Amino acid sequence: MGQKQSAEKFSVQELIQKSSGKKQKKLIEKMIPIILLLIASVSVLTTFGIVGTLIVETVIFFKQVKVTDFLFGTEWFPFANTEQLFGILPLIAGTLKVTGIAVIVAVPFGIASAIFLSEYASDKTRRIIKPILEVLAGVPTIVYGFFALTFVTPLLQQFIPDLKIFNALSPGIVVGVMILPMIASLSEDAMSSVPNSIREGALAMGSTKLEVALKVVLPAALSGITASVVLAVSRAIGETMIVSLAGGSTPKFDWNVTESIQTMTAYIVQVSSGDAGYGTTIYYSIYAVGFTLFLFTLLMNYLAHVISKKYREEY
Amino acid sequence: MVQSFKKGSASQIDASSIVYDTQKLNLWYGNHHALKNIDLQIKENEVTAIIGPSGCGKSTYIKTLNRMVELVPTVKTSGEILYRERNIFDANYGVEELRTKVGMVFQKPNPFPKSIYDNIAYGPRIHGIKSKKILDQIVEKSLRGAAIWDEVKDRLNTNAYSLSGGQQQRICIARCLAIEPDVILMDEPTSALDPISTLKVEELIQELKEDYSIIIVTHNMQQAARISDKTAFFLNGEVVEFDSTDVIFSTPEDKRTEDYISGRFG
Repeated sequence: MGQKQSAEKFSVQELIQKSSGKKQKKLIEKMIPIILLLIASVSVLTTFGIVGTLIVETVIFFKQVKVTDFLFGTEWFPFANTEQLFGILPLIAGTLKVTGIAVIVAVPFGIASAIFLSEYASDKTRRIIKPILEVLAGVPTIVYGFFALTFVTPLLQQFIPDLKIFNALSPGIVVGVMILPMIASLSEDAMSSVPNSIREGALAMGSTKLEVALKVVLPAALSGITASVVLAVSRAIGETMIVSLAGGSTPKFDWNVTESIQTMTAYIVQVSSGDAGYGTTIYYSIYAVGFTLFLFTLLMNYLAHVISKKYREEY
Repeated sequence: MVQSFKKGSASQIDASSIVYDTQKLNLWYGNHHALKNIDLQIKENEVTAIIGPSGCGKSTYIKTLNRMVELVPTVKTSGEILYRERNIFDANYGVEELRTKVGMVFQKPNPFPKSIYDNIAYGPRIHGIKSKKILDQIVEKSLRGAAIWDEVKDRLNTNAYSLSGGQQQRICIARCLAIEPDVILMDEPTSALDPISTLKVEELIQELKEDYSIIIVTHNMQQAARISDKTAFFLNGEVVEFDSTDVIFSTPEDKRTEDYISGRFG
C-alpha cells in the first residue's frame, strides 16, 4: 500500500491551489477584526455610558445643591425634614477612617508575607501558601461583612468596652484582611522578579539573608510594592458590603473610630435599598457621591499606573 | 593609590603566604560528583587562573571558596579548604565572616539597582560604617582602585544600570574593593564584555595583584596566559595540572593539558 501511494504522482502546491474555500478564508480574515472590535467596544462603551450617566445626574444634583456646600460642608443630613444638608466631608471621613485602618493592618502584614514567600519560603511552602492567599482574596465580601459584625466587633469589645456595635475599627481591620492577600501576592511577584544574580552579589559581600531582603530586594522591588499598596487602597475605598454591615449609618466628621460611621459606599447602599423617590435631591445625591468615589479610585489607579511605569527598575 | 587598601602583611614564612589550602576536596550536586579530590595551594598576591572546558568544575570550585556553592540545595562536600589556616567548613566559621574577607566578581555584571554611590557604599554600610565622610572616601578610593573614578565621578547619584556593561563590571569590582577584602574571586569576569572593556579589566587585575590575591576562572586561554602567575587546569572535576603559567603554556607535563591549550578539545 505504501508503495502504491509513493507511485502516485501529485504536487502539493497544485493540491493547495485546487482546494476550495480560499475566498471564504479571505472573507473571514477581513470580518474577524471588525467583529472583535465590536465585541471589545461593548465594554468600552459601557464604561463611557456609566461615566456619562454619573456626570449627567451629578450635574442635576449640583443645580439643587451648591458645589461649595457639597465639598466643604461638614454635615450630612439628607433625611432631615426641614433642612437637608449635603456636606460630603463626613462621608469622606468615614471612608478614610476605614481605609486608614485597613492600610495599617494590611501593609505591614502584606509586605512581611511577601518577604517571607519570596526570600525565605521553600518552593514547596510557597506552592502551598500562595493558593491559600488567593482563596482568601476570593471570599465574598458579604462573608467578611458579617464576620466583622458578629465576630470581630464582639471580640474587640472585650478589650475596648466603649466600642459601639457599629464602628470604624472592626470593618477597618476586616477590610485590611481582605486587601492583605492582594498586597502580599503582588508584592511577592515584584520581589520574585528581582534577578537572583543581584541577591548573589549581595550575599557574596557578606550580607545576611535579612540584609539582602531588606536592603537590596525590597528597594529594588519598591515600585511594584508601592503600586500594589495603591491598588489595594483603591479597593479599600470602594469596598461596600463590609462597611455597610459593620460600619453603621451615622456620618460624622471627626476622627473617632469607636463609634458608628458611614462611608460613601454605605450611603449609596442605604439610599438605593431605601425608598428615595425618583427625582428627589436624595436620589441625585447618590450620583454625586458615586462620582466623588469614582474620582478617588480613578486617582488611585492612575497613581498605581504611574508609579509602576515611572519607577520600574530595569535590571 | 592602590597601596592604601592593604594592611601590611608580613610574608616571611612560607605558610603564611598561602591564602587557600584545599585538601582532598570532594563535592557532589545530588549524585553528580562535580569535584574529585582537589588539592590546591593558592598563594597571596598572585593571580591564579583556573582553566578547563565547560562543565569541568572550575566555576564550582571558585564558588566553593566563598561557600556560594551552598546556595544550590543539593550540594554535599567532603575534605577541607583552609583559608588562612582555618577550615571554612567549620561549623562555627560564619559564612558572612568568610565572605567579608573574600570578595567575588561574577560572570555577568550584577550591580544593585541603586545609584553608583550606593552600590559602592553598600558593603561598608552593612558592616556598620555610617559616617558620611568616611563613606565618601571609601567610594572614591574604591572607584579609583577599579579605574573607573574619572568616568563616573560627576554622576555618582545616577543609577548603576545607566552604565555600559564594561563599566558595570568595574563598578562591581569597585563594590568588592570597598570592604578591602583579602582575596578576590572572579568567575569569568570578562565573558560578557566587549574586547576593549575586557582589556581594561585585565589591566585592572594586573594592578590589583599588588594588593590582593586573585583567583580567576576563565574560558579564554590567552587571557590566562596574559594575566596569571599560576594556572590550574581542571578536567572532569579533577585538577590535571597546576603550575606556574609559563610552564603550563610552554612545557606542560600532562598530555591532556597540552591538548587543551593547543585547542584540540574544549
